[in-house]
Amino acid sequence: MLDLLSLPFMQRALLAGLLVGATASYFGVFVVQRRMSFLGSGLAHAALGGVALGLFLDAEPLYVALPFTVLIALLIAWVRERTELGGDTAVGVFFSLSVAFGVVLLALKSEYTADAMAYLFGSILAVTPADLGAVALVAAVTLLLFPFWERWAYATFDRDLARADRLPVLFDDYLLTAMVAAVVVSAVKVVGILLVAAFLVIPAATARLFSRTFAQMTLLAVVLGVAGVIAGLIASYLYDVPSGATIILVESAFFLLGLLAVRKI
Amino acid sequence: MEFAVEFEDVSVRFGTYTALEGINLKVPAGAFVAIIGPNGAGKSTLLKLVLGLLRPSSGRVLVFGVPAPRAPAEWLGYVPQFKTLDRSFPALAIELVATGIRRRWPFRLSPVEREASLEALRRVRGEELAYRRLARLSGGELQRVYLARAFVRRPRLLLLDEPATGMDVLGEADMYRMLERYQREHDATVLMITHDWEAARHHATHVLVLNRRVIGFGPPERALSDECLRRAFGHVGHPHELSFSVGSRDA
Repeated sequence: MLDLLSLPFMQRALLAGLLVGATASYFGVFVVQRRMSFLGSGLAHAALGGVALGLFLDAEPLYVALPFTVLIALLIAWVRERTELGGDTAVGVFFSLSVAFGVVLLALKSEYTADAMAYLFGSILAVTPADLGAVALVAAVTLLLFPFWERWAYATFDRDLARADRLPVLFDDYLLTAMVAAVVVSAVKVVGILLVAAFLVIPAATARLFSRTFAQMTLLAVVLGVAGVIAGLIASYLYDVPSGATIILVESAFFLLGLLAVRKI
Repeated sequence: MEFAVEFEDVSVRFGTYTALEGINLKVPAGAFVAIIGPNGAGKSTLLKLVLGLLRPSSGRVLVFGVPAPRAPAEWLGYVPQFKTLDRSFPALAIELVATGIRRRWPFRLSPVEREASLEALRRVRGEELAYRRLARLSGGELQRVYLARAFVRRPRLLLLDEPATGMDVLGEADMYRMLERYQREHDATVLMITHDWEAARHHATHVLVLNRRVIGFGPPERALSDECLRRAFGHVGHPHELSFSVGSRDA
């Protein structure tokens, strides 16, 4: 096992997994408490359009998908804010648009379809130094934005109270949505587009079962997210099964155990 | 005379719907104003204008001479309807009280914030609620926590949206005592939405009868006249005593 960690690709996989596990769980608490789980799923699908655009342009896919998905996220937030359409409708429209855009681009350059599959299902062991760079960048920005936790949390609890206290709630909403998009993109190589929403939601949902405060929920979600990655990677190595899906299965097991434990408390 | 709140020809429209029209009002500093009116009269809209949460379609709102959206948050203590609380949000009562000081959701309370929040809870006789989860509190207990949150920053202006909802008779009387004590000690102004005309008559220095327009404003005995009530509600009896209402609700 320790020999395995001496391999560069395995080190990259572990590091990328840990960073993505921590950041996705951190933002997941806002996604869960604001009832935006569908946004995570929608943005993950929107990332497919960005990845396809990157492949089409012969550029590093994640570095194209990152601004592309952030842009889609901001458009969703804008439509949600400026119209009477529900947030889920805005997500539904833009994620369908992005997927359709991606499918057309991939059809135009069919030699890249196999590469796109790596993003669809995730391929943590194929994380490149460039992928790791994108993940590290998102993690660093997340750390820099930690002072926003208190503002996001306040508006999550009650938007009117936060606005009455003169917080720029609208700006904070856009920033949060953009960061969720960035985290989703950074996670697609690790768990895949199809499962990335679970990466956001499950650790946060599990943490919610045991938390008395929002700060506790945040810390516990990050711990569970990281633990899920470590346990999932070990299990996927031992049983030779896809790592992204195994991580999600481990996190789901934490959630189910949590449900059972809470019923007994 | 200093005015806590001034409305200068204020109207609020949402598309073709007019929520408030031609509101002209001067609330003297130190007044205890009860705002009454039927559902849809624009009472909460009026409070939101003072809080700076809503911009008027025309006219302007001043808080102690400052345009409402620019009035410092420290001046305002807001008690929303407890029904708006998201009970799924994991939080302790003391954290909510502390938002009154920090104006953020606290990741961790400082000793100063903790002590000030406990003191505010003591003031509303809710110290034992401090470390209880918000989701587990009754309506009356929640209102006390929100009241402590409003008191903790020592605001000049208290804005309360139906604060007696969920309280029993004793709890309601207690709340009025707390409000009046705070007002006395801090020379504060109170704007409170209520459906209880009797409480308004008994505790308020001024009553604002609203139905999209100002129907009456002044001392309770004048504002709660039969004429004003009929124009606002279409009847003059206390709502608790009526099984139906008659006449038009339009002012």
